[in-house]
Amino acid sequence: MDQLVPLTFAIPLLGAALSLIAVRRQRVQRVLNLTCLTATLGLAVALLVHVERGDQAAVAQVGAWPTDIGITYVLDRLSGLLLVIAFTTMLLVLVFAVGEKGRDEHSPYYHPAYLVLAAGIGAAFCAGDLFHLFVAFEILLMASYVLLTLHGQPGQVRSGTTYVIINSVESLVLLAAVGLVYAATGTLSLADLPDALAALDPGVRTGLQVLLLIAFGLKAAVFPLFFWLPDAYPTAPSPVTAVFAGLLTKVGVYCMIRTQTLLFPDQHRTLLLIVAGLTMIIGVLGAIAQTDMKRILSFHIVSQIGYMVMGLGIGGPAAVAATVFFLLHQIPIKTSLFMVEGVVESTEGTGALDRLSGLARRSGWLALLFALPALSLAGLPPFSGFVGKLGLITAGVDRGQYVLVVLALVGSLLTLVSMAKIWLGAFWGAPAVPGAAAAAAPVGLLRHRRTMGGATGMLVAVGLVLAIAAGPIYSYCERTADDLTTPGRYAAQVEADR
Amino acid sequence: MSIPMAALIGVLFAAGTYLMMHRTMTRIILGFAVLANAVNLLIITAGGPPGSPPVLGEDGVLADPVPQALVLTAIVIGFGIQAFLLALAWRNWTLDGNDEVEDDIADRRLAERAGLEETPEEAVEDVATEVDAGVQRRGDEQPQDEERR
Repeated sequence: MDQLVPLTFAIPLLGAALSLIAVRRQRVQRVLNLTCLTATLGLAVALLVHVERGDQAAVAQVGAWPTDIGITYVLDRLSGLLLVIAFTTMLLVLVFAVGEKGRDEHSPYYHPAYLVLAAGIGAAFCAGDLFHLFVAFEILLMASYVLLTLHGQPGQVRSGTTYVIINSVESLVLLAAVGLVYAATGTLSLADLPDALAALDPGVRTGLQVLLLIAFGLKAAVFPLFFWLPDAYPTAPSPVTAVFAGLLTKVGVYCMIRTQTLLFPDQHRTLLLIVAGLTMIIGVLGAIAQTDMKRILSFHIVSQIGYMVMGLGIGGPAAVAATVFFLLHQIPIKTSLFMVEGVVESTEGTGALDRLSGLARRSGWLALLFALPALSLAGLPPFSGFVGKLGLITAGVDRGQYVLVVLALVGSLLTLVSMAKIWLGAFWGAPAVPGAAAAAAPVGLLRHRRTMGGATGMLVAVGLVLAIAAGPIYSYCERTADDLTTPGRYAAQVEADR
Repeated sequence: MSIPMAALIGVLFAAGTYLMMHRTMTRIILGFAVLANAVNLLIITAGGPPGSPPVLGEDGVLADPVPQALVLTAIVIGFGIQAFLLALAWRNWTLDGNDEVEDDIADRRLAERAGLEETPEEAVEDVATEVDAGVQRRGDEQPQDEERR
């Protein structure tokens, strides 16, 4: 069973290659893509169950080389959980993209690039050493560059250029950090690094940590490094933005969780706390200033990242458990909000709030699909966002981080305000003017876009399941956090398999 | 790490960063290439002093082969990104007639709302590029923007 771990990204890569061969056959590509993602999702679920039952991470040594010189892939509780939610989301977004008539027909390279993106995400979650984490990042970044600029329209090229350059620089910073870590410790394996780093001079450790934080922080879009995101994301086609919003920044957060808990436990938490507070507040203030659905939602990505960094900054099992749960809930919630925006844009032709009005009267279902994740994003009970934020705030109060707790609460309130802004602008009121006769008739927006609506609905349902089953899922997150915050457990699990 | 090597890496980092500060794509691509090579050299030096063969050494003296394997991968990835950046610059050129990296539309609007059309330096540059590209560039951008929303 353990040896199947590399298949989580080998299957999508193989699918991408086959999909490139079938470049002229749209239908074959679609079936191939759906099959590959379904198979990978099934595998991820099986591995997750295997890991949970055996209470032991699944470790694959490629070519049976020892950990310190070979390539190791590790699937522990955290990676397993994230793989399952990531592939679920990717699968539903794919259905959405196929349903958005003509979206994937524009370019025969949509499906291969999408599969490569899936492979990169899978590999990043399973990478057992820093260099392969870098390689996985490159795979997923390359695919994201292609997806972002696929149609080559002026707006996409303009914002894509910024995105590509910023992320290339990020890769170089990460690579330099990897080189320096190797120079300082002589190993890159995540299992060996904690001990090797602990033996270093504190100054050198701080330097390495800051370099890694800059690299992953750029990817995750935390406070001083988020400027590229609200510009780049909104220009992409809706399904692409949806999957980027849900997953790409979260891979950065995953890496921050991994390196912070494993390599630099309890080091420089104040820095993280400051970054977290500023990210939450500035992100949400940016969202309030915008007048376009996609741009508001893009700024929210930044704001929500702040909450996850907050958990890391507070430290301790309780806060890390809340962070993991929050990360888990953000992926489907954020993606489904962008999918609703995609439905609106594909039927109304715009996401600008001043041109939209009265969507709720024309399609109650769409309004419901927007309202549920929006309320969850704002953190109202009984939704999943509430559970995550409650965990974070309790942990913050326990540790006496009152300033940050207040900031988090203010941030939530402002999130609610900006969600209300979208609601008032797009969903409330009388139907919009253009084509007055057509607008006056109560046309179900979702009826035209049945597949898109269905996929969105299923993803919203996934978000609701997280709220309904919050008890067992949260206790799973607590076990994950226990693994993460116990020094030496990761190394022991990898070693045990050697 | 030998001093000339350290100095070389430092110079490459400085030159690459300087080039990447510019607004034209060609310079940014060159800057990226220089920076990528600086990082590659950094990894190579992580393998210890130069002079020993990587795998089969005389007298059992070996250089560490791991950084060399890592660098091989990093070089390939760097080339991939450079190729993509070149393609992007080409596309930018066919669309705009220049290879300048443009501002975020929202940033531009904010600047306009704040009453400062552009900072003086940018205004000079903009005039230059607009003369080059023909004045209709701004005009082209408007409908595109309209279409998108």
